[in-house]
Amino acid sequence: MSPIVASIIKGTVALLWVVLNALFLVWFERKVAAWIQNRMGPMRVGRWGWAQTIADGIKCLMKEDIIPLAADKPLFVIAPMVSVASAVLIWIVIPFGPGKSGVFSDLPIGIIFIAAVTSLSVVAVFMSGWGSNNKYALFGAMRGAAQMISYEVALVMSILGVVMLAGSLSLQDIITRQTEAGILGWYLFRQPIAFIIYVIAALAELNRAPFDLMEAESELVSGYHTEYSGLRWLLFMLAEYGHMLAWSAIAASLFMGGWTGPGLGALAGRIPAFDLFNYGIWPYLTGFFWFAFKTYLFIFLAMWLRWTLPRVRIDQLMDLGWKFLLPVSLVNIAATAVLANVWGWYAK
Amino acid sequence: MALTQEREITVNMGPQHPSTHGVLRMIVKLDGETVVEAKPDIGYLHRCFEKLAEQKTYPQVITFTDRTDYLSAMTNEWAFVLGIEKLLGIEVPERAEYIRVIVAELQRIASHLIWFGTFSLDLGAATPFIYAFREREVIYDLFESISGGRLLYNYFRIGGLRNDFPPGWKEKVLEFLEYLEKKALPEYHKLFTGNRIVEVRTQGVGVLKPEVAIAYGASGPVLRGSGVDWDLRRDVPYGYYHKFDWQVITEKAGDVFARYLVRMREVEQSIKIVRQALQGMPDGEFLGKVPKVLKPPKDSEFYVRHEGSRGEVGVYLISDGTPNPYRCHWRSPAFVHLQLVEPMAIGWKIADLVAILGSIDIVLGEVDR
Repeated sequence: MSPIVASIIKGTVALLWVVLNALFLVWFERKVAAWIQNRMGPMRVGRWGWAQTIADGIKCLMKEDIIPLAADKPLFVIAPMVSVASAVLIWIVIPFGPGKSGVFSDLPIGIIFIAAVTSLSVVAVFMSGWGSNNKYALFGAMRGAAQMISYEVALVMSILGVVMLAGSLSLQDIITRQTEAGILGWYLFRQPIAFIIYVIAALAELNRAPFDLMEAESELVSGYHTEYSGLRWLLFMLAEYGHMLAWSAIAASLFMGGWTGPGLGALAGRIPAFDLFNYGIWPYLTGFFWFAFKTYLFIFLAMWLRWTLPRVRIDQLMDLGWKFLLPVSLVNIAATAVLANVWGWYAK
Repeated sequence: MALTQEREITVNMGPQHPSTHGVLRMIVKLDGETVVEAKPDIGYLHRCFEKLAEQKTYPQVITFTDRTDYLSAMTNEWAFVLGIEKLLGIEVPERAEYIRVIVAELQRIASHLIWFGTFSLDLGAATPFIYAFREREVIYDLFESISGGRLLYNYFRIGGLRNDFPPGWKEKVLEFLEYLEKKALPEYHKLFTGNRIVEVRTQGVGVLKPEVAIAYGASGPVLRGSGVDWDLRRDVPYGYYHKFDWQVITEKAGDVFARYLVRMREVEQSIKIVRQALQGMPDGEFLGKVPKVLKPPKDSEFYVRHEGSRGEVGVYLISDGTPNPYRCHWRSPAFVHLQLVEPMAIGWKIADLVAILGSIDIVLGEVDR
């Protein structure tokens, strides 16, 4: 298979993965919200309303394609695509399972790639905000640019602690390094401060409540996507959930050992027939199960926070980012460096 | 075209904006995110209540009062009825007075609950909104079983009430109060009051000094949130409020959080009042002896003040001796409070403007009438 064909297949699979998950996530979020709020959530389309998102998606596709007269047309049209592109591109380096076949492309600079690609979503937000030629959209975009750039600094700084311990920028390496010391090797336990900073900063980066300032409904109507409807709005939603999925997967990979976890093959010592689970497709299935499970844990956490907390104000958000998270993450890096040198077990 | 650089940007908030509580339009000038000017533009919900009242007989006007502040219909009806009773010297049976206190305080609870919900939504928290509406629904069910209506009741009559309440109603109310006090309110406080984000969003924001509040004619929770100890239920007594043991709630700070606390603690006081009223309620008539056609003396006029859920509801009527009022003026607290938004919001961020607007609890039906 030529590399080009392989790339196209991989890209399609990544896109499909994001789309299918987004379909599920929208339904899941509505169900979680309903559960938190003592409601039923969608119940009409299919059993437990499972097809609700599909119905909504079809509705959006069939809507009139509206581009405001005063909008900057090329920017307005491209922005949602850029947004989706950045959400899909992250998946290139995230491992679903063990080894080279468990990941689309195990780049040795995986973390840097992620940081670079996610910065693209700021561009999309700004393009849509500026291109819409709408004051609310512009406000949302300005907020988005300020927020995402300042939180990306803290985010990358928090990941740096993990990278220092793992000694590699490749996500596959980071995951395998964690498993060497069992569950205590998870960087969740070795880098707790980095983990907390990561969760806060990722929520801000994702533009999820309590940091959903760039689409703050009560202030900015819908923020940067105020003027969007139909398919383009759908693409923004797809990108939003795609990003949430990606950041949750990265959290699972960096802090909770990613796809690693006990499979049925571990029982082979007691039940010899289970040895079968150590070969062929089974390790991948087990890996995928643990990967999805851990990812969805983080997604649930994000949803839980969203439906519980009010929104912070823009200046408070910037204060938190620059005056608290960044200094703490710097201290964390210094502490990690010292600890890794003086305490053998820690660096192992 | 010469390049001009303007620091300020004018944003048109509303009339269709998620957090203007109906159809209010704010013309906001912003310097970056900071509010420089915030002018409310009202009138999108004007329904000619005052003019319409001139065409109707006094009992017919009661139905319109429901529709001014549609979240606090019972207290509005009471305000209107109260004035005519005073003017004509109509005696209200004791039982009716008790029931009036009960429904008015339940209405106050319902209104404050909705306020709590929408205010939390203004701050970006969607869940307390649903919780508050869940509890409010129970009150609306209770009102439905006594009046047939869920939002607009037409329950008060000049000289009493339309009907007594059905059997079992008293127990249902007590059960609900128990639930509200023991379960719902602590849940709200856990979810919202102690929340750090709520604190930083509301404390110190939009401070209203007591002298400013008085100068602008503020009343109700907005005034009491600024530390002014003034409640018409106690200071200009009407009904049977003097018979019950309750307190006027005030908070010193005058910020958004103080106004929030005042309302939440007023709910507790209302629970207390309803309990006492249910306990001490005598049997008897629910409607006094009232002439078939009400004709206040020619050229008589009166102004009656009433503590509504949002503040002082004032009714000013002039009679020309016919069964219809010659002039009817409705003083609505939300209209007065809306003027306070600009002085409170200047210098704060646009997100604070929304919080401040939410904290004064406007109902546009009442502002525009």
